Amino acid sequence: MTDGAVPKASAVRVTAPRISGDHTLAGIAAALVILLCLLPMLRLLMEALLPGADGSLPLESLNSRSVFRAGTNTLVSSFASTVISTLLGGGLALLIGLTDIRGKSLLTLLCLLPLLIPSQITALAWIKMLDVGSPARVAIDFLFGTEANHPLYGGGGVSFVMGLEHAPLMFLAIAAACRALPCDLIEAARAAGAGHRRVLFTIILPLLKPALLAGGALAFVSAIGNFGVPALLGIPGRFSVLTTLIYQRLNGFGPSVLGETAALGLILAVIAGIGLLWQRWVIRRAPALRTGGPTGPILPLGRGRLLIEFTTGLLLLLLTVVPLAALVGAALVPALGVPLTWETATLENFTYVLTQYQPTQRAFLNSTLLSTGAAVVTALLGLVLAYYGELRRWRWMRALDAMADAPYAVPGIVLAIAEILVFLKPLPMVGVSLYGTAWILLVAYVARFLTLALRPLAAAVKQMDPTLEEAARLAGATGPRRLVNIVAPAVRASLMSGALLVFLTAFNELTVSALLWSRGHETLGVMVFSLQSEGAAGAASAVASITVIVTLAVAAIATLFARRLPKGTLPWMP
Amino acid sequence: MDAVSLKSVSKHYGDKPAVAGVDLEVAPGEFVALLGPSGCGKTTLLRLLAGFETPDTGSISIGAREVARARTMTVPPEQRGVGMVFQSHALWPHMTVGENVEYALKIRKIPTTERREMVDRALGIVGLVERRDSPPDQLSGGQRQRVALARCLAMEPSVVLMDEPLASLDAHLRESLQAEFHRLHRQLGATIVYVTHDQSEAMALADKVAVLDHGRLQQVAPPRALYAEPATAMVADFVGRGMVVPLDAPVPGRAGSVSAQLWGEPIHLRSSRGGTSSQACLRPEGLSLGASGIAAKVDRAVFEGAGTILHCRVDRAPDTLLRVFHRAAPPAEGSPVTIAISDGWLLPAAA
Repeated sequence: MTDGAVPKASAVRVTAPRISGDHTLAGIAAALVILLCLLPMLRLLMEALLPGADGSLPLESLNSRSVFRAGTNTLVSSFASTVISTLLGGGLALLIGLTDIRGKSLLTLLCLLPLLIPSQITALAWIKMLDVGSPARVAIDFLFGTEANHPLYGGGGVSFVMGLEHAPLMFLAIAAACRALPCDLIEAARAAGAGHRRVLFTIILPLLKPALLAGGALAFVSAIGNFGVPALLGIPGRFSVLTTLIYQRLNGFGPSVLGETAALGLILAVIAGIGLLWQRWVIRRAPALRTGGPTGPILPLGRGRLLIEFTTGLLLLLLTVVPLAALVGAALVPALGVPLTWETATLENFTYVLTQYQPTQRAFLNSTLLSTGAAVVTALLGLVLAYYGELRRWRWMRALDAMADAPYAVPGIVLAIAEILVFLKPLPMVGVSLYGTAWILLVAYVARFLTLALRPLAAAVKQMDPTLEEAARLAGATGPRRLVNIVAPAVRASLMSGALLVFLTAFNELTVSALLWSRGHETLGVMVFSLQSEGAAGAASAVASITVIVTLAVAAIATLFARRLPKGTLPWMP
Repeated sequence: MDAVSLKSVSKHYGDKPAVAGVDLEVAPGEFVALLGPSGCGKTTLLRLLAGFETPDTGSISIGAREVARARTMTVPPEQRGVGMVFQSHALWPHMTVGENVEYALKIRKIPTTERREMVDRALGIVGLVERRDSPPDQLSGGQRQRVALARCLAMEPSVVLMDEPLASLDAHLRESLQAEFHRLHRQLGATIVYVTHDQSEAMALADKVAVLDHGRLQQVAPPRALYAEPATAMVADFVGRGMVVPLDAPVPGRAGSVSAQLWGEPIHLRSSRGGTSSQACLRPEGLSLGASGIAAKVDRAVFEGAGTILHCRVDRAPDTLLRVFHRAAPPAEGSPVTIAISDGWLLPAAA
């Protein structure tokens, strides 16, 4: 637009009084977003705030010692895990982002590996690494005296593993900020006579403060909503947090305690909401760094470089790869405590979960189908939303964007309660309840992960040359036809990688599924959790190992698609 | 019947008028250029024609059909049957050159064999038949714009809209494509509305130039008339950088002429019938150094090949620089001269 006029597609009334394909398509997308994303959130609010059938307020029921203890535990463990994430993720990001350390891409990959491994599998891997008989456990027992309990069961273990699991969030925030740091600010400080250490503490760290706070807020919010780690490490250690409390209440008493758990969920959502608002506020308040010149300053490590490289590599292997190796090892032995040797190694656990035990067989099928379904639906829905919102700039379609964010911003367990509230009762007209079927899982996955597919699509559509679509319009193509013929091919890389991201996340999902699964409709996340809590450790490890292998393979495929994408489209490719 | 007709069309963005009360008629087969500085509303006007924008007031017709009437109805772009050539080419990168040209024909469900012929004919017109199966990103900038033109022509539009189609090309290519546009217009007799901010491009190509400023139509005239008889001070300045000077006591003389005083010197000007403003448009080639006339000093001499443009500071109006076209060796800078006015144009009543 040479005239500087704002490109804006005005609402167009068609001469013929018929409903256009545009309106049908956008209407279906809008109805889905309202039904899947907005309605459950509103229903949850109502349930939590309005008096129940017996006239009591759900919020009043929270005034109990167990709720108070779980709330305190949640805050304390989340805070402690945030400190660990900050030190670990932030420290590694500074080391990799700001120094001349070698092997940066490999180290970065190891730092971001936890993003791909779901909480429950990380927790299981750490359990296996420190199980009775393992070399690490022998060392710990030798140092601290023999304990009957697993050393990670309890608040300490929950905080530690959550800290590891969420360290990549801090790493990404700090690494991005390091890359954006203007070199001349550091050079000016050096010219003023400041040494490396002084530059780090008086220039670099103050400039990184907003990123540090924002990354910390994200890690904290993730810890608040985490279910996998406290489920595997907290429940056996009698360390209860809000997410596990909700799970145990709903599991124990069924839908009769929905009002109470909705109130609990609301509290969880409010804490998470405060964290996210704070994060946005920190980012908005951050001083704008002038861009233009070179960015990403490099400080030399000097003589200690080789030692630092060695220590860093070893630490990362110990924290990320070794636990996964322990997990696979645990799946290869016939029973708990049997040492892994060439003689004892067996694929029995794998054949058992893949060919004999029906629930795990079903879980593989269900998770594959559900994740594929969620990936396809979110990608298509996201494409329609991005097209009408970002390219056609229909105002009411843009309003749906924020609604699509909500189910991902709240902790997963809160979304699960909200979906139960909406879909427990039989659907109007059809007379069938989704609760207890696989459909409620699909519905919840679509609601939760829509934003993962929508964000890269919205960005890609926004960057697309609008005249490509206008030219097709003048060629006589209708709106839906332009979407299929012109827009979808133009953003196909984002479409594919968004769908793969949704697949990966849904394939590993536990938090939402834990409340929504039913017999016959198990998922992989649920199977890992329930096999482990039933004591079938070998089977749990086998399922987890297979999941990790599939996840890494799909992530590799997504990485291939992502080559032509703007950086940061895939979380593990900053 | 006009090919395109706009009646008191306005378009606002917020409270900023982009197009204000524009009336414009384009005859069938006519090549009209919309000319103006950036931000004048010319692109908005083109987008109103295409249907990407809807007018706040007024109505738009294409051929016999009314396509937009403010607050009542609008025909969406996909049903208007107009073609457009964009500055960015807007070739679909995932289709070959042939598929780009074919797209509109496919939508109209034209049978395959006929469609192929039409594609080849359109590509033939722009001389790119042999590139039919290439992807657009293997073409040069000029070739891409030719494909965009072929794509537009293949759909046999009632009107061809062009939005600065040459602005992204270098000077040499621009000239050869200008020649091609000119030839195609003559050959095909298409009605063309062409947006540009480049006055020489508008003058070279168009049968009629419509000058826009701040969303208002200043003048619609053939290029020569636009240059010789600008309607407003803006047009005088924008087209060929005419000098607008204040007059004293203009007295109409015979039809089409007027006498007046300019800084105390009597001058004669051309004028339209009934023109009674007190501003004149002067051109460098209408001024010369003479024995008598307006006293001035040479401020600067700018050599321009065919002659020299003398920038002369008028003694009685030191803020005014008159530009004089001078063939002989220029006088030294700072030397006093007198400027005679052989041709000038009295602007019609000031807008």
